[in-house]
Order: sequence, then structure tokens, then C-alpha cells
Amino acid sequence: MSGDHHASSAISERVRHVEALLEARGLVDEGEIDRRIDEFLAGGSPANGARITARAWVDPGFRDRLLTDANAAIREVGLSMAGGLQEQRLKVVANTSEEHNVVVCTLCSCYPIALLGPSPAWYKSEAYRSRVVRDPRGVLAEFGLDLPATTRITVWDASAESRYMVVPRRPEGTEGMPEEELAGVVTRKGLIGTAAV
Amino acid sequence: MADRFAPGDAVRTSTADPAWHTRLPRYARGAVGRVVEVAGHHPLADDRARGLPGTTRTVYHVRFAAADLFGDGDHAVTVELWEDYLEPADPSGGTP
Repeated sequence: MSGDHHASSAISERVRHVEALLEARGLVDEGEIDRRIDEFLAGGSPANGARITARAWVDPGFRDRLLTDANAAIREVGLSMAGGLQEQRLKVVANTSEEHNVVVCTLCSCYPIALLGPSPAWYKSEAYRSRVVRDPRGVLAEFGLDLPATTRITVWDASAESRYMVVPRRPEGTEGMPEEELAGVVTRKGLIGTAAV
Repeated sequence: MADRFAPGDAVRTSTADPAWHTRLPRYARGAVGRVVEVAGHHPLADDRARGLPGTTRTVYHVRFAAADLFGDGDHAVTVELWEDYLEPADPSGGTP
């Protein structure tokens, strides 16, 4: 699998060719694949992951439910992982002062699109996928995130059917900030674990 | 269908190098880790990729110490693995 998904790449040409064959043989209707992809991406945005995070910061009960059964918990804020062909299991992990979590898919580029929007190019790059499992501290430093040597790091490899999201640490100085405003400080990198917020 | 492993169990991953698509990453072959939790029940990806029906099998989050995977590193890697890739390990064989 190639690292990038540019429209001009060889893999894109191959995909277009397969798509044309499927249409020519009547296996899919013209434009059906694009429509399905649009449906799948509809509503997918890092604003959703940010909303979940802000709720977890202000509501410890929600945070506990989120870390225990994320699929059930995100329904409380009107979100779900059931936008595709079947509901995908969601695993949410939370960063603390002692432990930092970071997500990767070493085999391809699995990612919770519904909660984070389309994945960034670096997440799909071979460099990130192959290096972050071996040297997360070094890779995070390249992202500008220097963690104390005492912080334990766990890398989560999305190698099967679950999708993962990180709840970043709540920034200092945000005590008393309303939930909607807190959601505004959460970034996509924070939800993958490659940045603090 | 009963789950073969429970959270806390030490497991050793397969060393097999199959000729087909598998979801046991190469870096996690033949390593000892510890089950974190059950991650659902799904048809084995290796079967589905070959057009086989694929019976539903238990999938686990398994935590490995980086040093047990790569020979160095102080972090942990949690990999999501089908039961078919796992065998019981001596509990003293690794403490991720």
C-alpha cells in the first residue's frame, strides 16, 4: 500500500481502472462508489472528537463510561460509529501526567473518520506507520511534543476491527471554561496523540 | 463461543509467515504479551481476504513491552489480535 493517496498516483489509476471494470460489468452502478464514500464521510469531522473530549473533561462520569464502553458513551452526545456498513468498535484511551497514548495503523491507515474527519497524509505515510511503534518518543519529539522521560508511552496499533481515539490532557488555565469553548481547543493531532492541546 | 483468554493472561504470538494477508504484524510475531481486554468477535481477516467464509473469532487487545518486540525501547505497544494468532505463554515469560 502506498503512503500517499494523490489523484495522480499509480494506485489511483489502478483504482479508477477497477472502478470502470466494475461499472462495465454491471456490478456497481455508475457513481455508486462515490456516493457511498460521500455517505461514509458525511458529518465526519474532528469537531466530533473535540466535543467528546470536552464532555469527558467536564464530566468524570462520562469520562469513565467513555473509557469503558465508548460506543455507548458517544451516543450520549448524539454521535455513533454506525455510519458505515456495520457499527465499528471504538476504543478510547485517555492521556494523563503519567501515561501518553498515541494511535497508528501499521498495516494500512485505519482511523475513526466519523470522529476525526478524513485522516491526514502523515498518518498514512510509511514513515509514521513504521517508526512510531519503534520510537514513539523520537517521533513525537519531531511533532514538537517533548514528553518527560518519566511519562510512560503506549502505542495502539489499529491492526484489526477497532478504531481508536485519544482524550488529550486538559490544558492548564482552562478551569471554568464552558464545555463548548473547551471543544474549541482540541485538535485532530491531540485526538491521535501526536500533540498536546 | 467462549473466549479462550481473559484480561491478564500471558500469550505468545504465532511465528508463522503465511503466504496470505494476515493482521498479525510482522514486528509482533513470536512475542509474549499480555491480554488487556476482549476487543469483540469478528470473522478472521486471513479467511475473508482469501474469499473463505471466515468463522467469527475472538479479538483481543494484547500489550507488549517494546523491548520484547524490538530488543529495546521503554514504551508499550498494544496490538489488536485474533485468537488464532495466540497461544498461552508461561506467565513468567514476560511482564509487559
